[in-house]
Amino acid sequence: MMPLVDSVHVLILVTCLLLLGSSRLGACIRTVAIQGIVAGGVLPWVSSLHISMQLLFTGVFVMALKGIVFPVLLSRAMREASASREMSPFVGYGTSLMAGVLFFLASLWLGAKLPTPDGVSGLAVPTACMMVSTGLFLIIARRLAVTQVIGYIVVENGIYALGLAVAHDIPVLVELGAMLDAFVAVFVMGIAIFHINREFDHMDSGRLNVLKG
Amino acid sequence: MTAFHAVAMLSGLVLAPLLPGVINRTKAAFAGRSGQPVLQLYHDLIKLLRKGAVYSRTTTWVFRAAPAAGLACVSGALAFMPAASAPALASFGGDIVLVVYFLGLMRFLTVLSALDTGSSFEGMGASREVQFSALAEPALFVAVATLARVSGSESFAGLFAGLTPAAWMAYGPAFMVVLTVLFLVFLVENARIPVDDPNTHLELTMIHEVMILDYSGPDLAFVLYAASLKLWLLGAVIVNLAMSAAGVTGSLAFVGFLAAMMLLAIVVGVVESTMARLSLLKVPRMLVGAVALALLAFALAGRLSP
Repeated sequence: MMPLVDSVHVLILVTCLLLLGSSRLGACIRTVAIQGIVAGGVLPWVSSLHISMQLLFTGVFVMALKGIVFPVLLSRAMREASASREMSPFVGYGTSLMAGVLFFLASLWLGAKLPTPDGVSGLAVPTACMMVSTGLFLIIARRLAVTQVIGYIVVENGIYALGLAVAHDIPVLVELGAMLDAFVAVFVMGIAIFHINREFDHMDSGRLNVLKG
Repeated sequence: MTAFHAVAMLSGLVLAPLLPGVINRTKAAFAGRSGQPVLQLYHDLIKLLRKGAVYSRTTTWVFRAAPAAGLACVSGALAFMPAASAPALASFGGDIVLVVYFLGLMRFLTVLSALDTGSSFEGMGASREVQFSALAEPALFVAVATLARVSGSESFAGLFAGLTPAAWMAYGPAFMVVLTVLFLVFLVENARIPVDDPNTHLELTMIHEVMILDYSGPDLAFVLYAASLKLWLLGAVIVNLAMSAAGVTGSLAFVGFLAAMMLLAIVVGVVESTMARLSLLKVPRMLVGAVALALLAFALAGRLSP
């Protein structure tokens, strides 16, 4: 029905699987940048029937933020914290990938339950749910603090895509506000990672349990 | 059944040894060498067939039977594979399972013969082959099952006939994922570079080459020929799927099929020239990724509707 829109959705689904399966931090940061560009900029452009000034403007803004600013911030946080380039997961990569497939099946089921507005691809809601669950899984299943920021960005991408699917006209101010929140969050988390690292010589969130009183 | 039905299989039997030649020429061009002739494997096969075979005293009849039986398996599988407009020699509902298991039987025989030599080195190769193919086979099965689900036919002949440009319009994204999975499986099953290096002979990381070290003469010729037929067979699955998007028919489609097979060989040569081999521990992860992608495509095929 909509080959172009569906292709973009499948591209996003593949980036989700890549995030779950890749072991290199640098590759993950690049993948999440690509996902941000596709989900934030390209998806709204191809899925709307007419391109308005507002859509063009927010698209460019989101692409610049998620495609350039976030990766630069994350790479810098990684470099300053001299994080190891391996991900050191709690849950193995193969298991994560299979979990990703389960998330997708659950998202399809959920997408069938939720009413999709006319003119929106049947894959829109499942893709958004897949991104949210992938992001949450990354936050739980990976050890390094940088990966948790990546998971947070993926969740944000998912919520943005979900909003796009179910509510067509989000006021530009609301969208920009949400973007700004995400930007500040990533910025603050970058600083927090740096401080955690300086204080404790590592950023292994698994060892925070030791601090319990 | 007419002589026309044999065209697809005969073209495979005759042209398959050309593929490794094209791959090697592409790699040579990348390395700035002139490289071996494109027909090198034909010369090798003729030379080997005229020689005598040497057998180790520790081997049994299993070792001697495996090359001929393996060649029979892959030739049998080839009979079910159409070549674009040229129909398959034989076909029945469910032959996709038979083809995959023909390949499985061939692998089983190769592994048995490697273990039969009693060499620890060959046993290591056999263990790796089994480990990787245990993950590659589900990926291949699910990928082919996705195509079967869309086209509604369980034979290769009907399956590719059912994939029209209209089906590509509806299921295109899922088919692209299937193509990726099939290409990964193609590289793994044929021991090409991200997984195995066909050029190494004395390295601890090789897989396929180590299992056939003890073969000589006609037996080695059978093994090499069977390997090129397997390359052709799995390549034909990819090319048939890609060709179905174009929707051309008649003799033009068959010529296009042959050209696309050569193009596929060039692509493999480019991949081998530009990529390093993955570390052995990362191969299973790549294969699990392929299985995950195949499952994704299978679920998508149910979701996307025409």
